[in-house]
Amino acid sequence: MAMEQTIYRELKATPGVWQVAALLLAFLAAAGGAWFYMEHHGHAVTGMNNQIVWGLPHVFAIFLIVAASGALNVASIASVFGEKAYKPMARFSSLLAITLLVGGLAVVVLDLGRADRLIVAMTTYNFTSIFAWNVLLYNGFIVVVAVYLVLQMMRRLDYKWVRLGGLVAFLWRLALTTGTGSIFGWLVARPGYDAAIMAPMFIIMSFSFGLAMFILVLVTLFKLNDRPIGDELLKRLGRLLGVFAAAVVYFAIVFHLSNLYATEHGAYERFILLNGGIYTLLFWGVQIVLGGLIPIALVFLNPSRSSTLLASILVVIGGFAQVYVIVIGGQAFPLEIFPGYEVLEGFHEGVVNPYTPSIWELMLGLGGVALALFAAGLGAKVLRVLPTNLSDANLAAKG
Amino acid sequence: MTNRAEMTRRDIMKSGAAAATLTLAPGVTLMAFGGTAEAAGRADAGKRWGLLIDASKCSEDCNDCVTACKVENGWGKDAEHGHISDEQAPEWIRKVTLKDKSTGRTTSAPVMCQHCEEPPCVDVCPTGASMQRVDGIVLVDKHICIGCRYCMMACPYKARSFVHETITDQVEQSPRGKGTVESCNLCAPRIDSGRIPACVEACENAGHSAILFGDLKDPDSPISKALKQYPSVALRDDFELNPGVRYTNL
Amino acid sequence: MRLVLAFLAAIGFAGSAAADEHLPVELPHATGAPHPEGNDYWRIHHMDMLLHDRDLTMREGIRNVMPGEDEPIQASLGECFDCHGVQDDAGNYVTFEDERHFCRVCHDYAAVEVDCFMCHRSTPSETKELRIMATPDDPSSIEAYLARVSGEMSE
Repeated sequence: MAMEQTIYRELKATPGVWQVAALLLAFLAAAGGAWFYMEHHGHAVTGMNNQIVWGLPHVFAIFLIVAASGALNVASIASVFGEKAYKPMARFSSLLAITLLVGGLAVVVLDLGRADRLIVAMTTYNFTSIFAWNVLLYNGFIVVVAVYLVLQMMRRLDYKWVRLGGLVAFLWRLALTTGTGSIFGWLVARPGYDAAIMAPMFIIMSFSFGLAMFILVLVTLFKLNDRPIGDELLKRLGRLLGVFAAAVVYFAIVFHLSNLYATEHGAYERFILLNGGIYTLLFWGVQIVLGGLIPIALVFLNPSRSSTLLASILVVIGGFAQVYVIVIGGQAFPLEIFPGYEVLEGFHEGVVNPYTPSIWELMLGLGGVALALFAAGLGAKVLRVLPTNLSDANLAAKG
Repeated sequence: MTNRAEMTRRDIMKSGAAAATLTLAPGVTLMAFGGTAEAAGRADAGKRWGLLIDASKCSEDCNDCVTACKVENGWGKDAEHGHISDEQAPEWIRKVTLKDKSTGRTTSAPVMCQHCEEPPCVDVCPTGASMQRVDGIVLVDKHICIGCRYCMMACPYKARSFVHETITDQVEQSPRGKGTVESCNLCAPRIDSGRIPACVEACENAGHSAILFGDLKDPDSPISKALKQYPSVALRDDFELNPGVRYTNL
Repeated sequence: MRLVLAFLAAIGFAGSAAADEHLPVELPHATGAPHPEGNDYWRIHHMDMLLHDRDLTMREGIRNVMPGEDEPIQASLGECFDCHGVQDDAGNYVTFEDERHFCRVCHDYAAVEVDCFMCHRSTPSETKELRIMATPDDPSSIEAYLARVSGEMSE
């Protein structure tokens, strides 16, 4: 097969690579310090409280975990759906999927009240909990994708094994994102969560966020090593991103329309769509316009290398806002414990729960991103996962 | 001479056997927990403890149940509140004053863990720390709680609190510490030693007797009779969690 | 972990049966009657026994471990400190924060972390009433309460 001629080489340690690595290590050190501070003083020093129990760290973590399964897209399209142009990028796509997941999990774990008891979470399972299932799904994902990556890197291996590995990884990532979405979809008590559409919506979110992260990391690494990447390839990836971003907007519309139809969810919808302050702003301004409509318009109306890159950045920002609105907005909206009654006195009953993230939470969350990127770069430095040439001419010659 | 070591060894060997054997002297063995005399000495699957709160007897400006809970379980000390925000403060039991939107009538009542028969907090807990005893009491086993707070996300009643800072000088019967989740346990240590929950006692001592405590499975218990006689509601009954705490005259 | 503990205990503490003077650390003096099982047994197996009682108490609500004793509810970590409390020069009991605390003397030496005192108190308790099963004439007992309530309801 002509595709076999793609040459994979380790990342060269140029001064630019060192600078980026040093920057990421600085973020990691800051996150380590923040974690130590939070661990020592308890969650009292965070903005999280008994009403907003999951805060900014969880927004980072869920974004990274969702993006992780989406970063595998390129590999899946190549191995499972046989798209040859994507095949040279499949190895790095698999690697990035693993590192993004590790980054996200690190944030979740370090935010636990008793992070020192991680061993309990790994050994004691309550199988009625979707959380427990997710522990297995996440750990399994790392193993499955790692095996898939090894299969891809083995020389003289019949391609059917790669295809099989890719298929298992693809099905696993669908299960994984279903599990992640169900963390919220199965929470019956909260009007902002309880919805079956959460699982498929998280899957489509992962397609979009993961591809955007993949494009940005790939282009950055190629630039750092002066490896060529073709305009046509980037336009093509941009168009795919545009389709995914449109699907995310579609799911958001269906989610809110369904909620609007049910009178019991009316108050929650008014909160998110109309008078929720920061959440309304993030939903319309950042998630829908900045992270949805603008990138879609960019890649379809003005397809170009820079449009794809800008669209990727906007999708990441919009995706982050979307996760923030889901996670924090869903908790900020008050629980209705006494339907039909007005609560005159009580404890944060019936009022919007305030949340101001602390700098420590931000540092911890950014540390998770830095860990994912650093590990991806390190992987590309020691493994032959990045092709030397992704120019359009090179791809055409082989295709 | 009683020998705890022997007892522990046998129990561990049997690992999960229902009754513990106790060696009183060499050759003399006693089944410790099978007899009726020790009925109150363990959680009893034949019982389901519950509360019936009569809002018409609850006084709006009385806070004795909350105070008693704080003393019994050692939460809500001023020293703790110095470091944490109000939203981070523990809240095992809270008083609410409600106004009926259609009639304007106001009532007040305490809200605590509702001890659901189908507790969402138990379903979602990844490690099994959030648990339900055979007598229906829902509580957190802090020994294996990892502090993920998913139970707090799942609870429809905001019954649970997360300990946001280091705790010292805990009450002996109520261990609680940083990084774990806690909530009303219906004073399980008191029930196990044959006593009524602290809030029930305080309410009675205040002259209100607004909280009726008893066994929901026993048709002859005062709480079962009262439930049969008067209309009562469960909070958010639409979730069909069948709480062990019910309200009347709300 | 358990193996490590047992090993440390075996080489460090249980070298000879009755010879406390051979211990590598100086144990704080305890009050009260000695453990019937013997100190060596406790030094090796205390974690098994604590774990065992922990699950009995927490999960099954079995607190009445020693029926017939003066204080039958002997399944509480707090009771350790009835005898094993350590006082400072001013006569105050030291908490686990203090390196003179009973548990820390050995655990610091063996470098084994203790996880109990994040949640449990580490000094003798001032209140001990829940260690005794309530009798029906105790006004806070369930029996007395139910009798009172039944009386009121039938009126």
